[in-house]
Amino acid sequence: MKLQENLEKVSIPFDVYKVREDFPILKTTVRGNPLVYFDNAATTQKPISVIERIRKYYEQENSNVHRGVHYLSEIATKEFEAAREQVRKFINAEFKEEIIFTRGTTEAINLVANSFGKTFIGQGDEIIISEMEHHSNIVPWQLLCEETGAKLRVIPFDDNGELILDELEKFLNERTKLISIVHVSNSLGTVNPVKKIVEIAHSYAVPVLLDGAQSIMHQKIDVQDLGCDFFVFSGHKIYGPTGIGVLYGKKDLLEKMRPYQGGGDMIKSVTFQKTTYNDLPYKFEAGTPNIEGAIGLRAAIDYLNEIGLENIAQYENELLNYATEKLSQISNLKLIGTAKSKGPILSFILENIHPHDVGTILDYEGIAVRTGHHCTQPVMEHFKIPATTRASLSFYNTKEEVDRLVQGIQKVIKVFS
Amino acid sequence: MSDLRELYQEVILDHSKHPKNYHKMEDATHKAEGYNPLCGDHFYLYLKVEDGVIKDISFEGAGCAISKASASIMTSIVKGKTIEEAQKIFNNFHSFVTGKVDKTFDPNSLGKLAVFSGVSEFPVRVKCATLAWHTLINALERKSEIASTE
Repeated sequence: MKLQENLEKVSIPFDVYKVREDFPILKTTVRGNPLVYFDNAATTQKPISVIERIRKYYEQENSNVHRGVHYLSEIATKEFEAAREQVRKFINAEFKEEIIFTRGTTEAINLVANSFGKTFIGQGDEIIISEMEHHSNIVPWQLLCEETGAKLRVIPFDDNGELILDELEKFLNERTKLISIVHVSNSLGTVNPVKKIVEIAHSYAVPVLLDGAQSIMHQKIDVQDLGCDFFVFSGHKIYGPTGIGVLYGKKDLLEKMRPYQGGGDMIKSVTFQKTTYNDLPYKFEAGTPNIEGAIGLRAAIDYLNEIGLENIAQYENELLNYATEKLSQISNLKLIGTAKSKGPILSFILENIHPHDVGTILDYEGIAVRTGHHCTQPVMEHFKIPATTRASLSFYNTKEEVDRLVQGIQKVIKVFS
Repeated sequence: MSDLRELYQEVILDHSKHPKNYHKMEDATHKAEGYNPLCGDHFYLYLKVEDGVIKDISFEGAGCAISKASASIMTSIVKGKTIEEAQKIFNNFHSFVTGKVDKTFDPNSLGKLAVFSGVSEFPVRVKCATLAWHTLINALERKSEIASTE
C-alpha cells in the first residue's frame, strides 16, 4: 500500500497531446470541423479506461451488491466497496463510512437538506448560502425553509464575482444552523476562500457544506484540511459516468441525522412494529445503488491520480491565463467573473449579441460552449444580463483550441456587424 | 458557412437589429409575457383587438436574434388580420419550423416567415422562433400565465 501511495505521487511530465489520445470522443468532427469541447463544467468527457472498466463490469462482474452469497455478488460488492475506499482516499476523508454514494451533487445536497435539515433545523432557524449558488444549492434550502419556517440568508458578491465576506459575519448568530456554499462558481469561475469560511463558521459552531461540483476536478481536495462538515460532488464532472455522486459527511453528524430515503439496504431489521436502520454509510443508501457508476468513478479517480492533480491544476491554470488574455483582447467582449482566484471557467458577453446566437455560430465551427444562465439566475440578475456564453476548460484542451474559440467569436462579431 | 447564412439571413439580422413595432402600448386590449428560460428570451406583447381583428400589435423585451426577428416579423404580418387568420398562420409556421410539412409545401406561401427555413435544422432554436407566436396565442386567449416554449 505504501508503495502504491508513493507511486501516485511521482509526477510524470504533462503532455496534452498524449492525454488527448485517452479520450476517444475528442476525435469527433462536428459539421466538418474537429470538435472543440469547451463545455466541461457541464460534463466532462470520459477516458477509455473508464469506458472499458464499465464494459468489464457488465461483461464479467454484474450482480447486485450486499445481497447474494454467490460469487458474482461477492465480486460486485468488493468492487463497489473498493470504489468507496478510493473516493475516501481521493478526498482524504478519515473514515470510509463517511462516503455516501448519491446520484450526483444535486441529490447529495437534497439529502443533507432533508436529513440534516429535518433533524436540526426548525422554525426561525437560519441557513446561509451565497448569491453565486447553483440552483441546486438554493432550491433544496428554500423547500426546507417552506416546510420548517427557517430563513435563508444570502452572502452577496461584488462585481468581480468575489464574495463579500464581511456580510457573512453579520449573518452568523445563534440561530444559524448551516452554511452551504459553492467552492468554485460554475458561472463565474470564482474560487471561494472556503477554508476561511469554514474557520469563521466553526468559531460560531456552525457546520459547513461545500458544493465541490466545480472544484474537485481542478485541485486536490482534502476534506480534513478544509475542515468542512459536508463535501459534495458529481462523478460525471470528474471524467466518470453520470448518475453517481458523493456526499462526504463527518461521521458524528451523519450518525445523528435521520435517513433520507427508506428501502432495502438501509435497514438492519424490519418489523411492522419497529425498523432498525443500518450503520453508515448504508443508512443513506436505500435501494440498489449505481454499481456501474461507483466502479466507473473509481476508474476515473485512478485516471486522475495517474495524470496527477498537481499537473492538471498547473496546466489548466496556464490555459486559463492564456484564454483570459486572448478573450480580453476582443473588443466588445466583456468577461463576467474576474475574481483573483479562478477555476478554468470563462463566462462572457458580447455587446448587442445574444449568447444563444454566439453558441449557435460557434457550434457551426465545431466548438461546444454553454449558453444561458447556467442554473445561476441570481448571478445573471446581479449583472443585469439574461445569459452568458461560457467556455469551461479541461486539461485535455489546448491553446490551439482556445485560438479557434477566438476565431469563432470573431466570426460571430462579423455575422452581426 | 452556407448553413450559417441560411439561419442568420440578412432579413433576420435586420429585424433583430431594427425590430418593427418595438414599443410598449398603453391602451392595449390584450397583453402577454413570453419567456424562454433556457436562453433567457423574454418579451412582452401588446395587442389592440377590435371585432376579432388585430388592429395594432407591438412588443418589447430582450432575446436572441432569432426570437427578436421572429417577434418583429410576426407583428408586421398579423397586424390587420383576424384572430382566426393569425392562428392559421401560426399553425403553418409551426409545422414549417418543426419540419412537419411535406415536400409539396411551398415556403413562399408563408411570405416573410420563409426566412426562418434554416431553423428546422436546429431543434433547440425552434423555441426561439416560436416564442413570440406562443405569446400571441396566449394573449389572444387571455391566458394569464407566462408563455413558454420550454
